[in-house]
Amino acid sequence: MATILIDGRACPARTDENLLQACLEAGADLPYFCWHPDLGSVGACRQCAIKQFSGPDDKTGRIVMACMTQVTDGAILSIDEPQAREFRAGVVEWLMTNHPHDCPVCPEGGECHLQDMTVMTGHDSRRYRFTKRTHRNQDLGPFINHEMNRCIGCYRCVRFYRDYAGGEDLAAFAAHNDLYFGRHEDGALESAFSGNLVEVCPTGVFTDKPFSAVYSRKWDMRGAPSVCAHCAVGCNTIVNARQGTVRRVINRYHEAVNRYFLCDRGRYGHGFTSAPTRLRAPILRQDGIPVPISMATALERFAAMAKDGPIVGIGSTRASLESNFALRCLTGPDRFSTGLTQLEHDLTMQVPALLRATPARNPSLHDMESADAVLVLGEDVCVTAPRLSLALRQTLRRAAFPAADAAKVPHWMDAAVRMLGADAPSPLMVLTPAATDLDPIAATIHRAAPDNLARLGFAIAHRVDNSAPDAPDLSETEIQLADALATALRTAHRPLIVAGLQYANAALIHAAANIATALHATGADAALSLVVPDCNSMGMALTGGIPLDAVRAMARAGHIGTLVVVENDLTRRLDAATLDELLAAVPHLVVIDHIATRLAERADLLLPAASFAESGGTLVNTEGRAQRFLPALTPTMPIQESWRWTQQLTQAATHADAPEWTNLDQIVATIAQEIPALSRIIDAAPDAEYRLDGRRIRSEPARISGRTAVRADISVHDRPLPQSPDTPLSPSMEGAYSPDMPGALMPFYHAPGWNSVQSLNRFQQEIGGPMRGGDAGTRLLDDGIPPETPEWHHDIPTPFTTAPDDLLLLPEPRLFGTEELSALSPPIAARVTPATLRLSTLPAGLQDGGMVSLTLAGEHLTLPVRHDPALPPGIALCPPHLAARAFTTPVRVQLHGDDTP
Amino acid sequence: MFGILRTLWLTFLHMGHRRVTVGYPEHKPPLPPRYRGRIILSRDPDGMERCVACNLCAVACPVDCISLQKAEQDGRWYPDYFRINFSRCIFCGMCEEACPTYAIQLIPDFEMSEYLRPNLVYEKEDLLISGTGKYPDYSFFRVAGVKIPGKDKGEAEREAPPVDIHTLLP
Repeated sequence: MATILIDGRACPARTDENLLQACLEAGADLPYFCWHPDLGSVGACRQCAIKQFSGPDDKTGRIVMACMTQVTDGAILSIDEPQAREFRAGVVEWLMTNHPHDCPVCPEGGECHLQDMTVMTGHDSRRYRFTKRTHRNQDLGPFINHEMNRCIGCYRCVRFYRDYAGGEDLAAFAAHNDLYFGRHEDGALESAFSGNLVEVCPTGVFTDKPFSAVYSRKWDMRGAPSVCAHCAVGCNTIVNARQGTVRRVINRYHEAVNRYFLCDRGRYGHGFTSAPTRLRAPILRQDGIPVPISMATALERFAAMAKDGPIVGIGSTRASLESNFALRCLTGPDRFSTGLTQLEHDLTMQVPALLRATPARNPSLHDMESADAVLVLGEDVCVTAPRLSLALRQTLRRAAFPAADAAKVPHWMDAAVRMLGADAPSPLMVLTPAATDLDPIAATIHRAAPDNLARLGFAIAHRVDNSAPDAPDLSETEIQLADALATALRTAHRPLIVAGLQYANAALIHAAANIATALHATGADAALSLVVPDCNSMGMALTGGIPLDAVRAMARAGHIGTLVVVENDLTRRLDAATLDELLAAVPHLVVIDHIATRLAERADLLLPAASFAESGGTLVNTEGRAQRFLPALTPTMPIQESWRWTQQLTQAATHADAPEWTNLDQIVATIAQEIPALSRIIDAAPDAEYRLDGRRIRSEPARISGRTAVRADISVHDRPLPQSPDTPLSPSMEGAYSPDMPGALMPFYHAPGWNSVQSLNRFQQEIGGPMRGGDAGTRLLDDGIPPETPEWHHDIPTPFTTAPDDLLLLPEPRLFGTEELSALSPPIAARVTPATLRLSTLPAGLQDGGMVSLTLAGEHLTLPVRHDPALPPGIALCPPHLAARAFTTPVRVQLHGDDTP
Repeated sequence: MFGILRTLWLTFLHMGHRRVTVGYPEHKPPLPPRYRGRIILSRDPDGMERCVACNLCAVACPVDCISLQKAEQDGRWYPDYFRINFSRCIFCGMCEEACPTYAIQLIPDFEMSEYLRPNLVYEKEDLLISGTGKYPDYSFFRVAGVKIPGKDKGEAEREAPPVDIHTLLP
């Protein structure tokens, strides 16, 4: 640690950071634009000028750019020095010369970094009297609004979009004062991370389009910490709500998980909470006609149903731990199903065991960023876990850091470090059946069928450690590739292996585990990350249950009186014939869900559940981190949490030992008690009794407006605010708020003088470090004790064989459209493209784009064909659910030739 | 004794003073244009709503009696609903001060008494007048650099025509 003097005040600072970081960490107000904690410094905006003095005798000093100057011990700085102040005032005045007169109609207003910095610099009146330069805007698709006149030319957008996220369709155009950031032509931004431009842009050039349609100022919205439910990464989010509806989702910083960025599916996928398909009342189906009924009647009907035989429950990998556990209490562990088909069930169940038994680390996302060699084995992480792929992109820079150290270039000196690393990036090896978005930056790309990839994986493990089993009968090219990849991994200090369940292939994850184990045995700091499909797949794996196939067997045997399905659309899991057979054998079907799924249409009793925005709960992400989401809204009766419904059903069914939870903490405590693997979920977030300085943390900003008018059209009388027993946050703007709030309870970011998300700096222990009040969540899988001697997996598959008219059809998840909930969000739905069948070789007489028919998951489909020569022979790709609803796992199909020309 | 006489004398003196009290409602006092009475929403010289739903009046209001929701059409922001709960309003005029478009104005009218409080909740239809109010000439969208129907980019006051980003000429 070094000590620097800022305006005579001695402040601790780290020598590996720049003066701007040091000043911000010391709590000083120093304006800046182009610097970003994860993008580093480029010195483009000249706003963070300060005076540096060479010693105590130096009274003149010199102006330096704080973001471009390294901390040295004993440095004497002044932010308040008149010349530095004048310099900064001059810079902001230049930046503002062309800024349009439109803050009132700018969605950034009130949380604008440019507003904050202008006020901080003291620029309050305009002297520039000439004409302003203007630009035409572009249509950037359903996510982002473009207003180029507001640009101040800090280059943050292209540095994030191109350098950090690897996007190619946003660039700087024109020159000098006419600088323009946009696409070469109108069109949706292609990157999966375009939504981050809203937060990265310090002003209102890129704003959130769906949010603008339901706009509310930042100070008017209540916030609640939440966890993204659209993939298994478990990014931390803040849900903003006003007047009973979710307005937007923004990033909530978590040092180890998502840090500063979210993917577009997470940011824009919340639209299902106010979709027209939301369920708002219990519905009873009488002679095929849905009738809305009261809660009491619903419970009475269930009590009657419960007399007709045993109750079997089907949980869901998209429901919280609490909802699944409550259902498990209703049915008993033997009659609780994970809601997964046998293959998916078996795979999901073995992931936590595999991670525990493998001696290699199970890394967090931030941990992954420091890997110096990455092997992606049979998983398109760009669509199954988008934020994880962004972390993998950052590993390429790893090789630049030793080079930078050698050249004495600090790591935050972004442009220089990127230049140093451009020639020799760390190796990224992508072994997948189909092309991924990581391919352009990958050192090695290999296309093969999942079985062959697994064989290659086993071969690599054998080449790293001889005691690992080798795959027999490898081809010459495969042997060469395995040798090369094994060498690349062996030379790395922190190799990372990423695999997943996308292709439902056990051999793939076993091969990945073998490689990680072998690398660990060589003494490397190896890491293994396994990507599971859904937001709570890992939680379900730790809860346990029986597969859907067992439920079907029970139904066939007549052992089910009532089937209770919680937040699971079985039409996406079982093909129509199988589902019909199951439902025909079940006298009563009860569905608890927040949206009207196709299964819900067939329910005898349908109960409206609360979505993630209206309920609290716990999700376990793909690294085994239990994270709590808290309600941003109070559900309006009869909508209530799935676990409350299930508990009431249990009481209605007159179970002697019906649980009596009155709040979330009680059910969390019961889960921790009953399921040893989940015993630490209590620590995921502070409980509802948490108080900061004796008060609850407020969920609304201090200056929330319109409290006495917003409901005045209904009633002019004040009503008590709805209190939720599940959250430690107060429902109003009364309560505590300080930089020391726990990260798990962060309702919004605000610091005096810092209204934008950049105020986050005030809440971190150090910039880019953990939150001052502690990071959210708790890791559950770190208690594994790996065996002394490596235990190898031996299930090496036989080589994949192709038959002329027999194809292996693999699921090809899409970023937008194949995930169930986000696909209901209008902006996401606007980006969904129709399903196609991708083939490596077209059948005779079929053109690219021609139609082909096939039978898939019990459906007869006619799909357009896309020729993809890069695919390995015998492999076809089709998005799951989009074409055939129940298609999720690889299946052998036969094409029936073309029906139409 | 002296005190009583003095008080009588002073009261007697007032008989000669000019009357301040006005016989309201028969006689209505002249109120200055800046008197802070009933709140209205005005229109710009082109007859369009001046309010751009920026929410600054709502946040400036010390009693939080203004609520609105932004809507947008062709680049023009406007309030979808605009509600003032006059049973809470203290007529402090801070909303008028905060308004960047001169939309919300307090006018010299205070005759708003009602028997029922719900009748004091004014919606946009009740607030919006057809004129410009105190500021006849100002139009926010003529100054602001946003594009609206009839005013393209570069056509606002003190704006240069949009630049051609494909040229590298100075």
